[in-house]
Amino acid sequence: MNWLNAALQGILLGGEYALVACGLSLTFGVMRLVNIAHGDFAVCGAYLALLLSTALHVPAWYTLPLLLPVAFAAGVALQVLVLARALRGGVLAPVLVTFGLSVVIENLLLVGASANTRSLDGGALSVASIPVTSQITLSWLRIAGLLTALAVLGGLQLLLSHTGWGRAVRATSDDLDTARLVGVRVRPVFASVAGIAVATAALAGVFLGLISGFDPQAGGITLVFAFEAVVIGGLGSLWGTLAGGVALGMTQQLVGQWNAQYAVLGVHLLFLLVLAVRPQGLFASAQVTV
Amino acid sequence: MSLLDVESVDVRYGDFQALFEVSLSIAEGQALALVGANGAGKTTLLRTIAGAATPAAGRIRLRGADITTAPPHRRIRAGIALVPEGRRLFPSLTAEENIKVGAAAATGDGWPLARVYEVFPLIARCRHRRAGLLSGGEQQAVAIARALASGPRLLLLDEVSLGLAPAIVDGLYDTLAELRAAGTTLVVVEQDLDRALAACDEVVCLLSGRVALRSGAAAADRSDLVAAYFGQGPA
Repeated sequence: MNWLNAALQGILLGGEYALVACGLSLTFGVMRLVNIAHGDFAVCGAYLALLLSTALHVPAWYTLPLLLPVAFAAGVALQVLVLARALRGGVLAPVLVTFGLSVVIENLLLVGASANTRSLDGGALSVASIPVTSQITLSWLRIAGLLTALAVLGGLQLLLSHTGWGRAVRATSDDLDTARLVGVRVRPVFASVAGIAVATAALAGVFLGLISGFDPQAGGITLVFAFEAVVIGGLGSLWGTLAGGVALGMTQQLVGQWNAQYAVLGVHLLFLLVLAVRPQGLFASAQVTV
Repeated sequence: MSLLDVESVDVRYGDFQALFEVSLSIAEGQALALVGANGAGKTTLLRTIAGAATPAAGRIRLRGADITTAPPHRRIRAGIALVPEGRRLFPSLTAEENIKVGAAAATGDGWPLARVYEVFPLIARCRHRRAGLLSGGEQQAVAIARALASGPRLLLLDEVSLGLAPAIVDGLYDTLAELRAAGTTLVVVEQDLDRALAACDEVVCLLSGRVALRSGAAAADRSDLVAAYFGQGPA
């Protein structure tokens, strides 16, 4: 029964990982941008939610209608002002620039918010849970995290599959040069994708803060887990990213059930195993080339 | 007045110069064949007209308006569309989605899907398949349809017959003839000289980035053309 509990908790945790990872997957898929600062954006989202909820005296949830548009706008500004230039500078420049951003963000947070671990106040939902059996209890907060991840990934998938914007994004992802030539305006596409990536990261950061707490240095490990979810799931597939997140979460919980100190190591070993055996990812669709 | 004027255009890729003072003009409703050996600059010229490369010198005008530095999406709205060499479809999108991407940049006289399927019944049958899984002929038809979806007045076609069975190529050129009859201006890059001369009013031969010869297609002297093609002096 403990193992079943661990597996269920792992699935719930996986939603959280997938939520951080989807923005990473999207920016890589569309702009070929490896964003080292992605985890730090999530942490920034958590701090911003903390700031707003303290200032307004409301639970962290209530700050989302304000937080998400701000994060989206920040992502657009980042793309237009910084990343667009970095992307013109070759393969290495965006990696260096986002690595630099990561260092800057972590240190600014350290100066501005101290090294203390913080957590967000989720109100009544934070402590609510549903007992499934006498030994298994699922936290509403974690269920909300998984449902939010499903809603975000599903919504993104619908937008990508059925709208003109989605077609432009997929066309750009397939072949940037040709997309430009047939009239896709690439700059707004990139800017909107960057906005969505930062907004989803901030949303994930709020859940991070509600569920487990955060400190200025939490971005690094968040990024590593997001990367692993993307790679395990297969690049460029949002449902693959969700599956990758769930695989990570379950591995972490099941290994932790066996021996807690190997939980994170188990996750990294799963990642290395997938890279060695199936480097295209577990759920990548067959590549088609023209 | 001519539809398109290319005036002494130089194009460079870094240190390499691909075009040297290339000039040509095309009247509305005409078809121009662009021929020349591999590396002569045909593709570069088409991509420059479409906006993928910016000239280092010279001007490009569409109906007299300077579009030398206009981005591709603005040129499409002004009525220029390119069918790129090697088709370059978006492989993960379906045939229909590829065409819709082309249509997104249209102004108003873009082709509705129904008209595309009427002209290309071939595509109607495979519209929901991924472009990466289509046959060569189907892919080429989709590539042309994607360009037509934006409603171009000037259609640039880069080696549309490459790698296709002759029967398929005949079908494509029949379609091009219909487009011309409907008033679309064409610039055709074609390896098959006879086909190029038969389909067009005028022929321009490029040699190492320069215009080596320009003549009416019907009046073109074959030996002059071959000489210009290979860079030998007139026989």
